[in-house]
Parts: sequence; structure tokens; C-alpha cells
Amino acid sequence: MNAPSTDEPAALFTAGPLTRRKLRTQRLAGAVFGGMSVIILAPLFALIGYLVVRAWPALTWEFLTGLPEKGMRAGGIWPALIGTLYLVFFSLVLSAPVGVFAGIYLNEYARDNWFTRIVNLAVVNLAGVPSIVYALFGVGAFVIFADLGKCIVSASLTIAIMTLPAYIVATKEALNAVPHSFRVACWNLGASKWQTIRTMVLPNSISGILTPMILDACRTAGETAPVMFTGAVFYKAIEAGELLLYSPMEQCMALSYHLFTISTQVPGVPDEMLYATAVVLLAFVLCFNSFAIVLRTYMRGKKKW
Amino acid sequence: MSNTQDESPKGSTENAAPPGHQVGSVGRICRALSERTVTALIFLCGVSAIIFVFSIFYFVFREGYPFIRDSLDLKGFFLSEEWYPTSETNKRYGILALLAGSASVTLVATLVAGPFGLGCAIFISQFCDGKFRETLKILVELLAAIPSVVWGFIGLAVMNPLIIRFAEVPIGLCVLNAGVIVGLMCVPITVSIAEDAIRAVPDTYLEAAEAMGATRWQTIHRVILPAAKSGLLAAVLLGVARAVGETMAVLMCTGHTINIPFDGRLPFLHVFESVRTLTATIAAELGEVPRLDPLPDGNYPVEARHWQVLFVLGIVLFAITFLINLIADLIVKGIRKKA
Amino acid sequence: MGDYKIEIKDLRVSYEKKPALKGISVSIPEHEVFAVIGPANSGKTTLLKCINRTLELEPGTSVRGTVTIDGLDAGQMRDVYGLRRRIGMVFPLPVGLPLSVYDNVAYAPRMAGTRKKAILNEIVERCLTQAALWDEVKDRLGTLGTMLSGGQQQRLTIARALSHDPEILCLDEFSIAIDPVTTMRIEDVLVQLKKKMTIILVTNLVQQARRLGDITCFINKGELVQVGPTETLFSDDPGNQLTYDYIHGVFG
Repeated sequence: MNAPSTDEPAALFTAGPLTRRKLRTQRLAGAVFGGMSVIILAPLFALIGYLVVRAWPALTWEFLTGLPEKGMRAGGIWPALIGTLYLVFFSLVLSAPVGVFAGIYLNEYARDNWFTRIVNLAVVNLAGVPSIVYALFGVGAFVIFADLGKCIVSASLTIAIMTLPAYIVATKEALNAVPHSFRVACWNLGASKWQTIRTMVLPNSISGILTPMILDACRTAGETAPVMFTGAVFYKAIEAGELLLYSPMEQCMALSYHLFTISTQVPGVPDEMLYATAVVLLAFVLCFNSFAIVLRTYMRGKKKW
Repeated sequence: MSNTQDESPKGSTENAAPPGHQVGSVGRICRALSERTVTALIFLCGVSAIIFVFSIFYFVFREGYPFIRDSLDLKGFFLSEEWYPTSETNKRYGILALLAGSASVTLVATLVAGPFGLGCAIFISQFCDGKFRETLKILVELLAAIPSVVWGFIGLAVMNPLIIRFAEVPIGLCVLNAGVIVGLMCVPITVSIAEDAIRAVPDTYLEAAEAMGATRWQTIHRVILPAAKSGLLAAVLLGVARAVGETMAVLMCTGHTINIPFDGRLPFLHVFESVRTLTATIAAELGEVPRLDPLPDGNYPVEARHWQVLFVLGIVLFAITFLINLIADLIVKGIRKKA
Repeated sequence: MGDYKIEIKDLRVSYEKKPALKGISVSIPEHEVFAVIGPANSGKTTLLKCINRTLELEPGTSVRGTVTIDGLDAGQMRDVYGLRRRIGMVFPLPVGLPLSVYDNVAYAPRMAGTRKKAILNEIVERCLTQAALWDEVKDRLGTLGTMLSGGQQQRLTIARALSHDPEILCLDEFSIAIDPVTTMRIEDVLVQLKKKMTIILVTNLVQQARRLGDITCFINKGELVQVGPTETLFSDDPGNQLTYDYIHGVFG
């Protein structure tokens, strides 16, 4: 700042001692909070880096596509990988349509009354149920009551209900972002409510629905407790290299459960294999997450209104 | 004139329109029927959430009910630390130690996630903008994406040796280990809700403070934090609920020992003790325990109680997290009413 | 006389128990411009929403009385969507749908079932021409409707309103958000259009009513004050002091 030629106006523009003290406090506060953020977020990089480094020797193509051997102490994780894909796929197929329609109901049809409030409360409660309680529910409802036994179907149904609230909320918010004036314009042109939703509202909110959906779907890959008791199995003898390994009524191996068992139940597993399994699971989840985030940023740049 | 919206087109009330502009009656009837079907389907999906909440409660209760009916001794259940469901001669089902385990891990987790989560939220919303803020928010999202079993693995493989080396204790699987891991897991939810609460403070407050010459820090601690305090509390509470419900990470990192980490001495020494939480107990024992059918006279054999009591633990857990979520929700609604 | 296009009898509307229209009865003849004037919040927009039954889409509204179109009770008609297609509606704020200009105008015919490209092409060109927009967009029919200027979007709205061949065209303060030149072009179009349809023009620009209206109706605070030939209401002695005061700017 240039000091003007006379003294008095200069006093207005330079910081007095009180202001300087305030600014110092502010900078200190910024540093403290920034430091807290660094402490929280730095482990993310440090841990991932450490895991990858320790896992490196075991991260080979044979590891990804091979079968477990010697009681999990050697070989690969192919059946577990495929099992996880099965679970993610089936639960997505079961849960996404219901979630989207429920979101449509809440945003387009529901009136502002006590019933709607109860529905919203139910959605929030579903989201808050701990995963082990979902496991108990899955066992009680599908394995026992519906007599499906432990299988992919039971596990998928359990995970589907677990991810349902996330899809509902995602759809609701995406639909809400579409301006109301578009709907009114369509109604005045003689379009029915569903026609308007189908031709105007949904197409313009698809990207907002898809992104959270990808994020939530890949979270199911990391779930252990619900699948542990409803469909996952320690070991399953499979032919090498096959894709369609499982039939829906069978049990399957799952990557999350596999990591749990080899790190806690099986002695003598080489360290690199443990780290490598963790890294593969992490990579699976983080890749989908990053993809979804990139998709969201791309969509934001392509606004239509 | 009525307020009904009836779609069946049996009216003779339309004027004849030029061809190509209106489909014949058949098409209109089909469209009306499919509109009705779709609307019904949408409504059904809408209420599905209610159905599922009740189902969860019903099926868990169904499996655990015989225990409640036949062998539940409330005082012994909640106040005894003797959990010996597999003892041959003297089966006892006291969950005090389990509750203490859950509480201690949750406490440490909250001490990690609370301050750091709030600090991070304040930093992101007040001291950053543009691309830097977006990047930080993405990093927080990625932190949330790490699966709990991987966190458990990190506790086993990374924190365990660290604690053994630096605290010179024989076992690194303890309250501190699980607490820090679970705390890191809860940070994203605390940050995101706290950020929402901070952003909800009306711009007019900020503008008024700025107009009076307040610096950013003064605005934060005199205007924003007091105005957002309910939302910040809710953020911490939701983190707590998450911590209570966490299963895999605590299963792998607590050492899984029945133990109450407190006996009157200085509290922080106890963080190196191993404990067992409610969630881990269910997860560890559900796979081992057989489910037995009732005997011809309708009663269950004694061996069946272990299976049932695990479901009762589930109900207790459900109740605790439901309560915490409810309180947090009421707090948030309380702010909305004031706004 | 039984040759009114629309007859409204004792229409009472309230939003959440607050009355908006308190017993309006008017008869609107065919092939004329029926102007509705009155201060803000007097219920003019509500009147239009009752005619094409979009009022019932808003929660908390209650309606009593009858709206008769061509002798038949609109409230009892079972095909609401057909009814709405017989009525074109233009709002104060321009709304371009996030579709191409072509798809904007083709939207209503497509919802009604028209599929043939040739017919749709004809409809799009005819309506855009009638809305005085064709020359400006004929080379860029693929542009997104939301990317046009305000005046163009309003003309696009009019083109959409015409696309389903309505017998009745309702305009609700259509010129609020557009410039005077575009307004004049549209007013010329309206004068042409009234030969084919009945036009209801809600406006708070009193002079616009005077220019275009054959019959003018003055509504104040939900009540019908006066209705009659435009020259009468705008003369030096309309026969009602309130009308005179409003037209000459004493209030409103």
C-alpha cells in the first residue's frame, strides 16, 4: 500500500496495533484448523502409500486371476473378486429401481403431511441401522424365515435394503434440482405427471442420480458383516479362469470377507498377500469413487440451464 | 367443479381435432391405465422404506424373542459383566463389559473425530476457497470410501506395531487402536454435517459482522460457531452413532477381551487395555452358534439361548443408535424451527 | 345468448382457507380478445388456472362454482389432459424447456401421440412463425431453449402454447419480462390469432387492454367489479367509480 503524502489519511490505511493483533490471531486460527485438517487427511496418503509398498511383491496378474491355494497361503483371489462383483451387481439391480421410484414418490407426488414425514423418518432410520444389525436381519429374514439359506440371493437382498436409503436420498435431491417451472410448463401443455417426469424431469436429473449411485454401489463391495452371515463362505472350489462361477443360490467368496479371514483366522499367510488383498479391495472401491467424482465434475460443467 | 384428476377418457367432451394431433380412444385408454399402474408402483416404492424399517425390527425381534420371554433377567443382563454363554454349567449373559467396551471405544473415537472433524470443517468452509476447497472435500470423501475391513486391517498391521513400539505394551490391540481407527472413519460424516451447519448460517450475519470490521477469525468464533452450534453438536452425535455401530474395525482391533477398562485409576492409562464391544461380540459369535428348534413342548433347550441372546444384543444396539440419531434429528429440527 | 365459448358461474377459490376469488361470474365470447385487468393479487392468474384446471395441481386449494366450455362443465371432464391441450397458456416469466427449440414446440404434439416427422415439422414451422420467432431460429432449431434470450424464450413459450392447436389462448401478463418492440410484434400476432381462437389476456398494463381488448373485465381483490365493451370501461364515464379510478391510476 502506498502511503499518501499527508500523515492523517495514512493512519486510515495502515494497520494499527489492534488490527495487527487481530490479524495475527486470525492467521494462527487458520494455521491451527489447517493443521487439524492435515492431521486428518495426511493418513489417507501415508496409509495408502504404505499399503501399496508392502503389497507390491504380491500384486501380480496371477494373484488377481488365480485361485487360492494351500489354505489361502498362496495363489490368488479370483473367486473372491468375482464373488464381490456378483454381490455388487445383484444388490444394485434389486435396490436401484426401488430407490429411484421411492425418490420420485417423495419429491414429485408426496404432499406435505404427516404421512410423508413418517416416510422420511423411515428413510433416515434405515440409513442409521448398524451393519451388524442388518446382518442379523438378513439372517432372520432371508436365511431362516424365507428359507433361502446362506446364498448370494440372501446376501444381495440384505445389501440391497442396506443401500436403499442412499439411493432414495440421491434421487430426491437430483429431482429437486430440476426447476419447478419446467414441470408447470409441461403440465400446461397437457402432459400428465408421469409423462412430465419421464420426459422432462428424469432425463435432466439422471447425472445427479447416477453419481451417488456409483458411489454407494461400490461401498457394498467393502461390506463384510452383512455378507459374512448371509452368503459369503470361507472357501469354494472353483474352476480357474471362469467368469460365471456362481449360481445365485450358492454361497460365494467375497473380497471383504476374504481379507478378514486371512488376516485374523489363517496363520502363516505371507504379509505381502495380506497387504495385496487389502490394496485390491481398496483400489476397487477408490477407483469407482474417483470415477464417480470425475463424472460429477464433468456433469457440473455441462449445465443445461 | 371438483379437485379430482381422473384420467379415463370416457368423455364426449373433446372437440374433433385434426388427424395426427390426437390418438384414438384406444391409445388414450392404454395410456391412462399405464399411468395408473406406474403411479401405484411409485407409491408402493415410496412406502417401502416404512415396510423395511418394520421388517428389520420384526425379524431381529423374532429370533431374539424367546430369550426375552424365557430367560431375561434385566438386572443381571445389563449390570453384570459376566458374559459366559458357552459355559457348560453356568451360563451367564451379562453385557456390562460389552457396553463398557463399546462406550470406551466410542469415547476415544469421538475425541478424535469431534475436534478434528469440526476443525477440518471450519478450515474447509472458512479458510479455503475454489479449487483448494473442492480438493479437500474430495479427499474427505475418499477417506469415507475406505471399507471398514480395510480400516480393521490397518489397525492390525500398522497401528498395532506402532502402539507396541511407542507405548511399550505387549499387545497393541486395545481401546486406543480401535478408537483412533474408528475416529478416522467417523471424521467424514462429522465434517460433512458440520460443514452444512456452518453454511446454513445466514449470510446476513456474516455481512453484518464484516460491516462492523470483524476479522475472519472473530466472525468465526463470535458469530458462526454460536449460530451453528446445534448443527455442530448434531454432527458430532451422528459421528458417535456411526462409531457405536461399527463392527469390523473394532472386531479386528480391540483385542476382543471381556474387560471393563476402568477401576478408579487415571483414565487414560486404560486406553491400552483390550476390550470387547457389543458389535464385535455379535459378529464373532454368530457364526459359531447353532440355531436350535424348540422342543415338542414349545420351550427351547438351554443351548438355544446363545443364538437368541445375540439377536437381543442386536435389539439393544438398534435401540442405542436409534436414540442417538433421534436426538441428533431433534436438534437439527430445533434449529430449523428457530431459523 | 347461448354462444359464449366460456361461461364462468360463481367461481370461488381459496388457498389454504384464504379467499382468492369471491364469486366471479363472466361470459367470454368466441373469437374475441377478452382482457382482464386489475391490481396485483386480485385473482387474475387464479382465474386462468381454473379454466385449464391446473389449479388442482397446487396443494391446499379449494374451488367451487362452474367453468363451462362450449356448454360442457370443465370440472366434470374426464380427460383433463385433453382439456389442457385445448387451452394454450403463456406465463409472465419466459420458460424455455431444456430441449432443442424444435423439441420445445414439438413437445405437446408428441405427448398427444403425433409421431410423423412431416406433421411435426409443419407444426414447428407454423407455430414459430405465428409467434414471430421463425426467422430468428430457423437456422438453429437445435439450440437449447434455455439458451435463447428472454424475449425469444417468451415467443418460444407462445409457440409452444400454439403447438397443440388450442381453441382458447390465455396470456398472463406476457409482456412483463420482454422489451416493447417484441411486445408490439406479439400484440400484432394476437390480433391475427383471434380470428381462429378465443383469447383471454390478463394484464396489468391498462393501455395494453385498451389496445387489444374487445371486452374488458376489471377484477379487484377477488371480486368482479365491472365487465363490458372496452370502449365503455375506458370512456370518461364507465359507470363505476372504482373502474375509473383504477384505469386512471388513482390506485393499483
